Formats: sequence, structure tokens, C-alpha cells
Amino acid sequence: MNNLIFLVPLLPLIGFLINGLGRKSLSKQVIAIIGSGSILGSFILSVLLFLQVKSTGTTIVANYFNFIEVGNLTIPFAFQIDQLSSLFLLIITGIGFLIHVYSASYMHDEENQHYGRYFAYLNLFVFSMLLLVMGANYVIMFIGWEGVGLCSYLLIGFWFKNDSYNYAAKKAFIMNRIGDLGFLLAVFYLINKLGTVTYVDVFANVSKLSSQDITIITALLFVGAMGKSAQLPLYTWLPDAMAGPTPVSALIHAATMVTAGIYMIARSNILYTMAPGTQGFIAVVGLVTALFAATIALKQNDIKKVLAYSTVSQLGYMFLGLGVGAYTGAVFHVMTHAFFKALLFLGAGSVIHAMHHEQDIRKMGGLKKFMPITNITFLLGCLAIAGVPPFSGFFSKDEILAAAFEKNPILYYLGVAGALMTTFYMFRLYAMTFLGKFRGTHDQEHHLHESPSAITFPLIVLAILATVGGFIGIPEVFARESHWLEHYLSPIFAGSTALVEAHAVNHSQELLMMGVVTALVLVTIVFAWNKFSKYEATATEETGLGKVLANKWYVDELYDAVIVNPLNAFSGFLKNVIEKSVIDGAVSGVGRLVNYSSRQLRLVQSGQVGGYILMMVLSMIVVILLWINDATIIRFISKIF
Amino acid sequence: MPIQYYIFLALALFTIGIVGVLTRRNAIIIFMCVELMLNATNLLLVAFSKMHHGLAYASDKASLVGIDGQLFVFFIMVVAAAEVSVGLAIIVMMYRNTHSVDINFLNRLKN
Repeated sequence: MNNLIFLVPLLPLIGFLINGLGRKSLSKQVIAIIGSGSILGSFILSVLLFLQVKSTGTTIVANYFNFIEVGNLTIPFAFQIDQLSSLFLLIITGIGFLIHVYSASYMHDEENQHYGRYFAYLNLFVFSMLLLVMGANYVIMFIGWEGVGLCSYLLIGFWFKNDSYNYAAKKAFIMNRIGDLGFLLAVFYLINKLGTVTYVDVFANVSKLSSQDITIITALLFVGAMGKSAQLPLYTWLPDAMAGPTPVSALIHAATMVTAGIYMIARSNILYTMAPGTQGFIAVVGLVTALFAATIALKQNDIKKVLAYSTVSQLGYMFLGLGVGAYTGAVFHVMTHAFFKALLFLGAGSVIHAMHHEQDIRKMGGLKKFMPITNITFLLGCLAIAGVPPFSGFFSKDEILAAAFEKNPILYYLGVAGALMTTFYMFRLYAMTFLGKFRGTHDQEHHLHESPSAITFPLIVLAILATVGGFIGIPEVFARESHWLEHYLSPIFAGSTALVEAHAVNHSQELLMMGVVTALVLVTIVFAWNKFSKYEATATEETGLGKVLANKWYVDELYDAVIVNPLNAFSGFLKNVIEKSVIDGAVSGVGRLVNYSSRQLRLVQSGQVGGYILMMVLSMIVVILLWINDATIIRFISKIF
Repeated sequence: MPIQYYIFLALALFTIGIVGVLTRRNAIIIFMCVELMLNATNLLLVAFSKMHHGLAYASDKASLVGIDGQLFVFFIMVVAAAEVSVGLAIIVMMYRNTHSVDINFLNRLKN
């Protein structure tokens, strides 16, 4: 089994090459089979690896060759399969496969070569993501990290004929680049201090680092995570990334790529546990992002925008979990979130498909009777994200919130407020889309239909996972030793748990908190359900806070004013003033100088023989004076006289 | 006679030659000034040769030190004679063409 590890990322790469090179000659069916089949192969291998890791509990490090070898620094090209990476492998390849199947139907209207291009990008993405997760050191992780950023850019701008989509793609790329700089600096810092980037060596030698070093490294790594996982203040690219095809949003911008930051921090958990300052910062950033994005989602009318802000918000929860030391909880939430958010996005894609690319929920409504499977799966997804027991979101979110409560009750109360907002906007979305009566045109109503089985199959699978996925992490309150995931991941976080003294909230209090939160969530659901199932399109403008929220707190405008416009003005200054007068001036100045001086020098050539001779005499005198040094002349003269 | 007298005379002759070449426009006078400079050099050569040979002769009657300077002067005189014939021929041709020996007429190649 161990010698097949390299096949896991290699299969998608082969798929990428075949689809990318053969996109004009292969038929759509072949492209879809190659695209999905390569991921299915990876998935099967991942399951085998997972089972092996689960039964033996050992970490496999597969060394292939030395990627970089300079002086004392050796960076091997190696893969590390342990509990954490095998879990992520399952998520990536499993959900990746479902989304490939879904895409085969969803993208069927595209031209043949664009269809091939789409699957090539998607396979390349899965390859990069697998590299990111499987790499045994930070450099291999960084390769994957950049690869997923590239694929994200390519897929957001997939419909490149639309300018605004291209802008969204560029925005995502540049925002990610800011974060990547932090990641890169952290890697350099590690190399400088420890001379290695391999996880095993780094974590074994953390004691050699001063606490200041650890704080700097963790903070820089977190800047990378901020960009990739869309945290404040670098989150604005994620909502705009919804310009890409919906399955892309589901795979890259909900289930996998954006969780790379969480994976990275969970991977480096020992470093973070030793840097409490950074941890506190992460908790605050995560919580603020969770609340901030949730408030924006309350007022969005684009079905994908609501889900995008919801993703930002849920990522905030994951960082809150990491910040308060609940690494298992964060990874657990990554997993459940991957299930239900992919489900919701794919459901939204199904709706958009049926509505002929209409995304405004004000023009939907009453889709329940036209699309029964999409309706029921979407509802399950909403229940899961809202955290209604026993759906998966309940367990993972509860675990994070409980850990937050242990750290600081204020974090807990704010987290609960965010969770209630999540419930509200998700059920607003559900009610406006599926309940009430249809508000679109008659033409649209006539064409409404349930999506084909390639679309509904992934929905059903994900709905089942979103429903039962939480049972791998049942809290200790309900049964002893029931938290399977914590047990499974314990070797990864062993270093951190050893450093932090465990103190659990007593069980009665935890049960009480769960009960209260669940009751509040249910009340919110009923409220939102009643309010928005009778939604009527009105022409009234939003006012006050509602307007601010509908305009996303004017953050994009703020960034435009503070960063983009000054930068544009500065570029304009460089282009019009510096370039034109300084650079061009210097170049043409040299030309003019040569021209002028040659014009002047020409006058020396007067044609007067006397002038030439004078010049000759003078220059001979100069040569003689230069040639014979002073002492010689003085000696000569003194000898004469 | 001390060597200094020869040196000063040669310097004076050479300077007169240079100033003449620089300031006069008549080709024949310039030509004569060039000869003057050549002769100033010849004078120096002979003077130094005599000086060095005189010192060596005092100790060794058969010494040949310094006599190559005088030999050299003969070569210069021969070359100068050849040069004079060529130069005067040029001046004659110049006079035939321009009816003048003013060298400032000789800027026809300009422009």
C-alpha cells in the first residue's frame, strides 16, 4: 500500500494532462469519465490508506527525491500520510468525486473544448490540493498552496468573456498573494532558525525556538491562512469568487481550498499552542469574521452570495476553534462543513440550473413542488448548518462553542449570536427559494423541472453525510468514549494536549447550554420560516442598517477608497509623470546630449591647418607632461641650470 | 663651451620654429620653420654626442661612446633634403593651382 501513495495525486494529474491536451478531440462523455474516474481512483486509494492508518495508527512518510539541496538545507519531495492528512484525503477526493459527477451534467451546455478545459482545471485543482495536504514539509505544502490558488483563479474566470468575472478572478488571486507572502516569510524564517521545513523535524525541535520566534512564525503563517481561508480583512475575494461555475464554488470555495488554512494551522498545532498570543489573535479574528460575514449574509439576495458569506462565517468558526485550542473541533467542523456546504452549493446549482441562470432569490419561491429532491436535500443542509440536533453541524459547532466557553464566556455568547444569525439567513434563503409561490416569469415557470440524476445523486449522498456525519464526534456528555474523531486524531494533537491542562465544563452545564442554544435555533427557524414563506417582492428601498448590510458594510468601497484608488492614482502618477519625464527623459536626454555635443565638436574641424597644428602641439605638450612625472622634470631643469 | 649654451640655443630655435609654424600662413615660411625645428634637434644631438664622447675619450682613446648621435644627424639631414624636395614640389603645385602659397586656401576639403 505504501508504495502506491504517489498514485493518489498522480491520477488527477494524469487526468488533467489528458483532458487538457485532448480537450478538442475527446468527446464530452470521455472527458467526464476521465475527469471523474481519476478522482474516483484517488478516492479508492485514499480509503485504503485511511483504513491502514486507522488500523495501524502509524505515520507513513514516503520520500521520493530531494526537491531542493543547497548547503545544509535539504528539502525532500516527500508525502506524509497520518491521521490528519488521510482524513483530509477522504474529504477532498470523496467530495471531489461527487462534484465531478455533478459537473458532468451541470456543465453539459458548454462547448466541447471548454468542457475539457473545465475538467482539466478541476483535476489540476484536486492534484494541487492533494499535494498541499500530503506534503511532508512546508515547501511541498506551499507548492500545493499556490497550485490551488492558481486553479481557483482559472476557475473563477472560467467564463472569461465576461469582464467582471475576470476582475473577480484577479481579485481572488491578488488577495491570496498577500496571504501567500506571509506564508513564504514564515517558511524562510523557519529555515533560518531551524534549517529544516519537514514537519517531523520542526515539531521535534520547537523547543529550540524562542517564544518570540514562535510568535512571529505562527503569525506569519496565519497571514497566509487569512488569505486562503478568507478571514478579515482578506475575505472580500470569496464572495466575488462566486462568479465561477457553481460546482467550483462548492468544491473550491466551500469544501476544500478555503479550509487549507485550517489544515495548515491544525498541522502546526504545536507551534500555535506554544504561542498563546497568536492563538488569542486567531480566536478574535475568527469570531469577528464569523459575526461580520453573518450580518452581511442576512441581507443578500443572490443565492450564491448568501452561501458565500455563510462560508466565510463558518470558516470564522473554524478559526475560533483553532484559536481556543479546539483543534479536533475545528477539523471536525471542516469535515461537516464540507458535507453540508457542498450540499447547499450543489443544491443552489441545481436551482440555478432549473431557473436558467437566475440567481436572485426574490424571483424564486415555491420551487418545492417542482424540485422535490433538491428541496429535501437543501432543507437537510440548512438544518445541518443551523446546528439542529442530530444533524452534523450541531456536533461540530457545539464542540467549538464549548471550547470557546471554557476559554472565555464572551467568545461563547458572541459565537451563539453568530450561530443564530446563521440559522436565520439560511432559513430565509430556504423559505424564499422553496416556499411560498413562484415569483419568476411564466416562461421560467414553464421550464421548471427536477435536475437529472447526475445532479441529484451527489445531492442525496451529501445529504446523507450531512445528516449522519456528526455521529463520529458525539460529545462526552452523551456517552463515554463516544468521540471517535478525537480519539482518531489524538496522535496529531498529542503535543498540544500535553501542553494544555484539560478542564472540561461540567456535564449538567454543558447539557443546559446545548438545550438553550437548540431551543433558540428552533425558535429562529420558525420565525424565519413564517416570515419569509409569505415573502412578497416589494419595491421599497432598504434603509438604515439594512442598507449598510445589503451593501456588505461598504467594505469593498472602503478598500477601493483606501487601497485601490490610491494605488491606481500612484500607478497613474508613475505612468504619466515618472515614466514620461524621468525615464523617457533620461533616455532621450542621453540621445540629445550626444547630438548636441557632436554638433559642438564638429566646429573643431575647421579646415584651418594652423588650428590642427596648434592642437597637435598642445596635445604633445600635454602628453609629455603626463608621461614624465614631476620629479623627472624638476631634476632635468635643475641639471640644466 | 658648457652644454647649457647649446641647449638654450636649440630651445630658442625650436620655439621659433613652432611659433612660426603656428602663426604664419605662407607655406614657404612654414616650411622653413619646420627645417628650423629639425636643425634645432640636430644641434642638440651633436652637442650631446660631443659631450658624452668627450667624457669617454678622456679615459679611453678608443671609445666609441656617443658618436652614434652624430651619425644620426646625417640621417636626419638626408631625410630632410628628401623632404625638402617633395615639400617644395607640393608648394609649386599649390602655387600653380591657386596662384598663392597661403595655406588658408587649402581648406577645400571642408564641407
